[in-house]
Amino acid sequence: MPEIWELPGTEIAARIKGGEVSAREVTDAHLERIESLNPEINAFITITPELARATADEVDARRSEGEQLGPLAGVPLALKDILCVDGVRTTAGSRILEQYRPPYDSTVVQRLRVAGIPIVGKANCDEFAMGSSNENSAYGPVRNPWDLERVPGGSSGGSAAAVAAAMAPLAIGTDTGGSIRQPASLSGVVGVKPTYGRVSRYGVIAFASSLDQVGTFGRTVQDAAHLLGTIAGHDPMDATSIPEPVPDYGAAMRDDIKSLRVGVVKDWMEGEGLQPGVAESIRGAVELLGKEGAQIGEVELPVFRYALSAYYLIAPAECSSNLARYDGVRQGHRAANAKDVVELNTRTRTEGFGDEVKRRIMLGTYALSAGYYDAYYGKAQQVRTLVIKEFEKAYERFDVLVGPTSPTTAFKIGERADDPLAMYLSDVFTIPTNLAGAAGLSVPCGLADDGLPVGLQILGPPLSEDLLFRVAAAYERARGPLPNPPLWGTA
Amino acid sequence: MAITRDQVAHVARLARLAFTDDELDRFARQLSAILEHAEQVTELATEDVPPTSHAIPLRNVFRPDEVGECLPQEKALSIGPEIEDGRFKVPRIMEEPS
Repeated sequence: MPEIWELPGTEIAARIKGGEVSAREVTDAHLERIESLNPEINAFITITPELARATADEVDARRSEGEQLGPLAGVPLALKDILCVDGVRTTAGSRILEQYRPPYDSTVVQRLRVAGIPIVGKANCDEFAMGSSNENSAYGPVRNPWDLERVPGGSSGGSAAAVAAAMAPLAIGTDTGGSIRQPASLSGVVGVKPTYGRVSRYGVIAFASSLDQVGTFGRTVQDAAHLLGTIAGHDPMDATSIPEPVPDYGAAMRDDIKSLRVGVVKDWMEGEGLQPGVAESIRGAVELLGKEGAQIGEVELPVFRYALSAYYLIAPAECSSNLARYDGVRQGHRAANAKDVVELNTRTRTEGFGDEVKRRIMLGTYALSAGYYDAYYGKAQQVRTLVIKEFEKAYERFDVLVGPTSPTTAFKIGERADDPLAMYLSDVFTIPTNLAGAAGLSVPCGLADDGLPVGLQILGPPLSEDLLFRVAAAYERARGPLPNPPLWGTA
Repeated sequence: MAITRDQVAHVARLARLAFTDDELDRFARQLSAILEHAEQVTELATEDVPPTSHAIPLRNVFRPDEVGECLPQEKALSIGPEIEDGRFKVPRIMEEPS
């Protein structure tokens, strides 16, 4: 008989509904696991036992009153520390917000409360979601549950590691250039980057506003899908939120994938820098999709090789503008004894921001400065149009595209820390989807020859989440269960 | 294109960041490498290609102009580092008249 924390979220919720276990017991079991594993993994910046127990108790009360509970009621969740919770410290992984307690809930958190999903903690992340390894957090790196010497990926590394180590069955992250899918891949869990505008960003600390999107993690496709169903949908508080109804993702997952057209991105499979073990796992996964009845073809997307360059102009430009608000006046850290406002601004920011954030602010300020705007930001926005067109052309022939999520498995802590460009290359396969505002997910497809997890990336046009879940769930069923990380039974 | 140490210092002033001499050198080196990679975008012919600033077709999002609930002033100010008389307080902006 497995421990309660070993089960997928939907299974836990079913047991709570059936009265086999209380939501309070489920939350306590996960809090215990966090207490024993977090000192090593550092997946959480802040643990929130009171908040979690209050929600769990409410779920138990609602159940005893005979109220109908949602598909994930009582299932604990790790919330990336970039989403605001009323009165709970929200740091965005930065020193500058070390003492910041937002005065309101993000829309996502409001919806989690309504759904009875207990938030067990604020998950560690790269500072302001800028990074691919979680080493840019001011609160220390997160360690990958598969190998504590390695990174979990980033920027939502704490969210991914928490789910991988079963400190929570569910997690929320954000994905601006791959920050959900890449850590999902490196940590061996499911990670979903929904369509831009599918989930409200009200109360989500901004990085690059034309790209940022909130999404979900789970150990199963079903968990990640139901969680997305819980938080997705139009929100009048976010003008970029899409006013379209949210489909029943649970229903979508039951269908098979016979005669579905699946395009393998050839440029990614044959490009330089792809670890051979990753390529082999992906080929195996594609073969399995074929066996399930999908029609497999190949697609070339030559414009995508410019996507990374365009992204590293657009995202820093928008970041330099968004982060201008951290000036020591309205929120967060304030430098002491400044003699005038310019000194206050400069010292506050210099003390409060880490190196990667400074680099991106500098890059963005430069790219937007007089004389460079057209050559950099303007040009990058045109490339963005070409990336969208390239996707559209591919979707005339294929229903979904597949390939690796990340060129490599998890790398060692410190390995790329001094070479920002090498770090940026971890996102080379995830970035085009963000530029296009489209949907994508990463589903584990086994371990590479180095014993580390590999993620299969499945991409679709905007608002194709139901289709992506259908493909991922069919793949997951065909694949069967995967091994657990080595520390699974130690806590 | 390489970005010089002087340019880094200029951009830092625009961005309200201060760097030590070592940091100026390091940032000049790192930003040059990143910009060199980013400049690949100039290889693509983009004449007549419209720019995309928002990937999803959504335009002119309006809502009725109605008074609703909002964050009370006191709560909104509660996150400020220094508050006085219902306002955020900052050090002197102007020079004192001589």
